[in-house]
This record gives sequence, structure tokens and C-alpha cells, in this order.
Amino acid sequence: MKKSIPEKQLFNSIKERDLLGHIVKTSVRYKIWIAILLLFIVFGMYGYYRQIRYGLIVTAMRDYTSWGIYISNFVFFVAVSLVGSLFSSILKLNKNEWAKPLIRISEIIAVAAIICAAVIIIIDMGRPDRFIYVFKFGRIQSPIIWDVIIISTYLVISFILLYISLLPDIAICRDRLTAIPKWKKKLYKIAAINWSNQPEQVIILKKIGRILGITVLPVAFAIHTVTSWLFATTWRPGWDSTNLGPYFVSGAFMVGAAVIIFAMYFVRKYLNLKSYITTTHFDHMGKLLVLLSLVYFYFNINEYLGPAFKMVGVEGEHITELFVGKYAPMYWLVQIFGLVLPIVFLLFKNLRKPVPIVIISSFVILGAWFKRFLIVIPSLQHPYLPIQGVDESYLHYVPTWEEWAITMASFASLLLIITILIKLFPVIPIQELESPAEETSIESKKFKNEIS
Amino acid sequence: MENKNSNASSRRNFIKKIASGSLITVSGLTIYSVSSCEKSTEGEKATLLTPDGKLVQVLKSEIESFEQLPASPKESRKGIPGKKFVMVVDLAKCKNARKCVKHCDKHHNLTPDRPYIKVLEMKDNEKSAPYWMPKKCFQCDNPPCVKVCPVGATFKRTDGIVLIDNERCIGCRFCMAACPYSARIFNWATPPNVDENLSYSPETSIPSKIGTVGKCDFCPDMIRKDKLPHCITACPNGVLYFGDEIDDTVTNGEETLRLSTLLREKAGYRYLEELGTKPRVYYLPPVDRLFPFNKENAKKGAS
Repeated sequence: MKKSIPEKQLFNSIKERDLLGHIVKTSVRYKIWIAILLLFIVFGMYGYYRQIRYGLIVTAMRDYTSWGIYISNFVFFVAVSLVGSLFSSILKLNKNEWAKPLIRISEIIAVAAIICAAVIIIIDMGRPDRFIYVFKFGRIQSPIIWDVIIISTYLVISFILLYISLLPDIAICRDRLTAIPKWKKKLYKIAAINWSNQPEQVIILKKIGRILGITVLPVAFAIHTVTSWLFATTWRPGWDSTNLGPYFVSGAFMVGAAVIIFAMYFVRKYLNLKSYITTTHFDHMGKLLVLLSLVYFYFNINEYLGPAFKMVGVEGEHITELFVGKYAPMYWLVQIFGLVLPIVFLLFKNLRKPVPIVIISSFVILGAWFKRFLIVIPSLQHPYLPIQGVDESYLHYVPTWEEWAITMASFASLLLIITILIKLFPVIPIQELESPAEETSIESKKFKNEIS
Repeated sequence: MENKNSNASSRRNFIKKIASGSLITVSGLTIYSVSSCEKSTEGEKATLLTPDGKLVQVLKSEIESFEQLPASPKESRKGIPGKKFVMVVDLAKCKNARKCVKHCDKHHNLTPDRPYIKVLEMKDNEKSAPYWMPKKCFQCDNPPCVKVCPVGATFKRTDGIVLIDNERCIGCRFCMAACPYSARIFNWATPPNVDENLSYSPETSIPSKIGTVGKCDFCPDMIRKDKLPHCITACPNGVLYFGDEIDDTVTNGEETLRLSTLLREKAGYRYLEELGTKPRVYYLPPVDRLFPFNKENAKKGAS
């Protein structure tokens, strides 16, 4: 394989070398990382094979707790995917120049997360063999069909958003990269669809980017609002709430920002992009995370204060269970370590430095995952009618190894998709279409930095 | 002359029509039975009178298999014309004998841990006395489960019954999350002791299929045979009444009562009326009870 690579790669500039270097050179660390991810995926596939063979009986779900970590994981992935719109729409339209190097990575994460969300929901189905019925017999009255429509729409838009921003860079890969295997050359050639930086091409591309940047915003809000309606359209305590839409959307933006911090830390470290993703980026992201967390905090108070004040029937039982009952340890850990403390810590400038902020972000991400567990599972365990005359196992929900294996595999798949996309394409946009003049000034500044 | 001729020809035509009509009926029968019963052997024939007055000969085995065949999934969606089925549960008479649960389980091939019918021990508040509440699917007129189903696997019929088509269900379990009465169960594994020879019908709910949802169905297969649902006939204490809202009658197998009078005089109510689901199952309050509340009954009934 290595012998077939004809020549040593030469770069025109330092910037090109920095941003394209990792595409040419494959490190051992990268191979080990891919191997680990594949190991998790294979293990998860074995779990899924058992689920197909024996049915959902291999999970800990039963007649009362009829949705488990598959669904909470699905909600988590949908939440993470919202981050794409945060960067390529909200921050871009607001002309936040600092966020530009992070747009690509946020779009990659959005595409990867929404693919994983779609897969995990099929894994949750009792009859995945009948998946096609969703289209054959689909009823527009059902919130699930709304979700199918909006998720596929979002998937297409985020994919196009990622692709159009990549297009000029793919052309660069096609033109400049010589020391790469043939299949990669072919891939860039096909993917670049004859892009040649013509002014008329640039105008069209900019126009598409602007239109999609605006359209993706309502779709992104809709995708998580519709997901919240899967719950809000039922009579379950904890779900039967008009607050659920904004509560979900704000939570999604919070975890999305945390995921970006997490991703940019490792991309910066392993791709040596210290001069492109700077400490200023971490500082800005830290401030943004505080803002988004505060919004989520507000909706959290809204979600729990009303029911906790009134303590109506089963709703009261549900609240008691969360606040002081079986789920209290998880609930308070999530609320304090995943929400309140990150807000407090990130107010300090020193804690917005790369290392502390990535630790804080990982707490936010973990908290967000378990928060979705707390949204889905305890509600199902408090129906209007008492749970009687069933097996003891029906009253509790402790996920089985198959469920964990599949869930871990879904995370591994997410990371695998992100890793492969980062490996194939430059993670920081090389060619900026918006403002070429500014681009060169940044570049010259960097040169100066390196010289000094 | 002409007149006579035309008369004769029209008569001939008429006979032809009848003949072809009955032919279609018989061939229809044959196709139906061949597809359902593979083991049919050549042999004894029976002479039958068709609805239009023709005598035809049909294989005996075929006739049987046709009559046993439950309603097809497509037919099951329509409902029995001119009917609106209701159930009334007299809580004053229930002593938790659990015969309804047992018979229901038997006829729907259910295991005791996942019954369609549950008899719940209820206590409305600290001061009031406990009572037994048999609970099945409420066959709501505004059914949350039907509203949320993405593929129309669960549906509301003209006769008021809500059924599930196990051959359509994709197993998303949204209906289970949506039902405020926890009336639905899921086939987490392959149901035990499945009779492979039975042809599936949403009206019989058997053989139920892995990865799909099940629930109390008001036994429309029994109703079609002019029989009462299994739970009604099984109850030794006449707790459960079944009937038709349009006829305004309900029966527990022993006495037949006027539905409107019964609900008016005994203050009939529907469980969780405030949810707006409009259940088709009414409860009569547990006043002047026939039996003392005794938890032991459950064990005796189950044995």
C-alpha cells in the first residue's frame, strides 16, 4: 500500500501543510483509535444480533418501562445534532468571526449525530423488518411520522451544509494532494464536482449557504421540539407539559456547545492545530456555554417548580421519586454537576482554559445523557393506575449488557463517522469564501507568529 | 311471439346469471379453503344450498375450514355493522375471583405475568374502604393509542372496538406510552406455545407475534358467533356486563338490563373521565358490597 504512493507530498504554504497534513499521513495512533471504535461496534452488533434473535426480551424493558436507554440515547443524539445549526446558522448569521474555524467540525458532528439517532430508533423497534411500513402505511396524525419527516429533512440540510462548505476544500485536496492512494484521488475528483473557484460558482455557493443557513434554523428547532412532542402528546406525568419543547431545545444547545468544546480540544491536540483553534476559542465557547446553560437552567426551573408546588396525584409521586426517592441521587448529581457547577465554574476566566474547560464539558455531556434517562424512564414508572400483579422485575429498570453494548456501539459509531470525516477532509476551512482579504491578513499574522 | 321469445331468453339469461353467480361463490369458497387448509383430501362431498337458491356440491373438508376462518385483517378493520359495544363493571360484586383473568389468558394464549385483564386493589383515599377493580382495555372513543400509532396498526372500528393488527405493528411502543390506563402489553419474546396452524386475525389476537403489542379486544370473534366475551361468561359473580349501546342493553349472562337505566340508577361512571378519552367501559361504584374485602380470594382464584 505505502509503496504505491508515488512521491513525497509538497505543500504550497504552511497553512496547507497544517490543515492537509493529517490527510496524507496516517499515524499509528489513528489506526489504534479506529480499531478500538470498531471493537466497540462489533461488540454492539453482537448484542443487537441477540436482540434480533430473541426479541426485546434481552433488554430490561418490560410492559411498564416500555422505553429505555435506546430512546433516551436517541433524544441525546438528536440534541447533539442541533449544534450544527448553532454554528452554521446562529453564530454565522450574527457575524461571529471567531466561530469560523469551528463551523466545519460542528457540521460534521451534526451529520454524524443525526445518522446515529436515526439508527438507534430503528434498533428500538420491536419489528425492524417492518421499517418500510412507516412509509407504506404512515399516518400524518402520529408524532412519530412528524419526527421521521423532520429528521430526514434535517439530515439532508445538514449534509448539504457540510458539503457546500467543504466543496472548495475538496477541490484543493484534488489539486494539491499528490501523495495519496488512488481511491482518495478518485474520491476527491468525484466529490469536487468540477469545482474550479470560478466567480460564478462562488456566487452560487455563497447563495446556497445563506439560504440554507436561514432554513436550517427553524428545522433545527423543529427537530428537537417534535422529539419533545413524542413525550408531550401523552398523558404521562413529567411529559404532560407545555414546557417540553423549549426545555428540550435549550438543553440541546447546551450539550451541543459542550460537545464542540470536547471535540475541538482533541482535534487541536491530535492534529496540531494550536494556531488555528486558540485559547481565545475556548474562552468564547466557555462564555457561550454559560449563556446556553443559564437558558436551560431557566427552563429546568419552569419544568419542575409548578408540579412540585402543586404535587398533584401521580405527578406528585413522580416529583417525589426524582427529588427524594429512588432517582434522587442521579437527579441531584445531574442537576448539580451537569448544570449548576459548570455555570459557576465557567464564570472564572482561568477555568475557561483548554484543560479545565474540557473537563467541565465532559461533566455537562455526561449530565445531559443521564438527564435524558431521567426524562424518559421515571415517567413510565408512574402510570395513573397502580402497578400490581406483575413480576418484581417490571418495577425496576436496570439496563442489560446488551443495551449498554448497543449504546456504547452507537457512541463508537458517532466517533467513527466524525473521525473518518476529519481524516478525509480538512477540519478547518482552508478557503474562506466570505472575505478573502481578511483571510490573507490572518495568514500573514500567523506567519509572523511562527517566525518570532 | 317476439314477446314470448324475449321472455324466454330473459329467463334463460336469469338462470345463467344465477348459475354463474353460484359458480363464483363456490370457486370463491374453494380458493379460500385451499389457501388456508393444505391437507384437504379428495373425498366426501356435501350438497349445499346457496343463498340464491342453487344446489351445489362442495368438499366437506372445505366447508369446515371456511367456517372456522376468523375475520381477515382487512375485514377486522370494519367492525360489526349497527353495533356500539359497551361493558359495565359492577364493583360492588367483585371479590377478586380472577376467573375472568384466567379464561382470558387461556383463550388468548397469555402467560400469567402479562394478562390482558388485571384485577387491581384500589383505595381512593385513606378513609374509604379498599375494593377490587377489574380493568381491561377501555376501548376509548377518543383513543390516545390510535392517535399516536405511526402505521395504523391499531385502529378504531365502527362498533367501538379498538383492535391491533399484529401483522402491521412495527413495535415502536408509542401506544403503550400513550395509553393512560396501561392497558397494553408487549410481546418481548416469542409468545410461548404458539399454534402454528392458526391463521392470525386481529379479532382473535392469536397467534400473537414477537415484537408487537397486544391488549384486551372485547373478543369480536365470539361476538360474531353471537356469544359473549370469555371474561363475561367466566365471572362467577356476574360482575361484568357486556352489551350494545344502540340496543341499550347489557347482560352478564344471567340477567339482561337496560344500559341507560343501570347507569342512571347506580351512578355509573367512567374511570379518569377528565382525560377526555371517552372510555366504553363503565364502572358502578363499590357500594353495598356483596363480599367483604379479602386478599385471600386472589390466591384461591389463582389456584
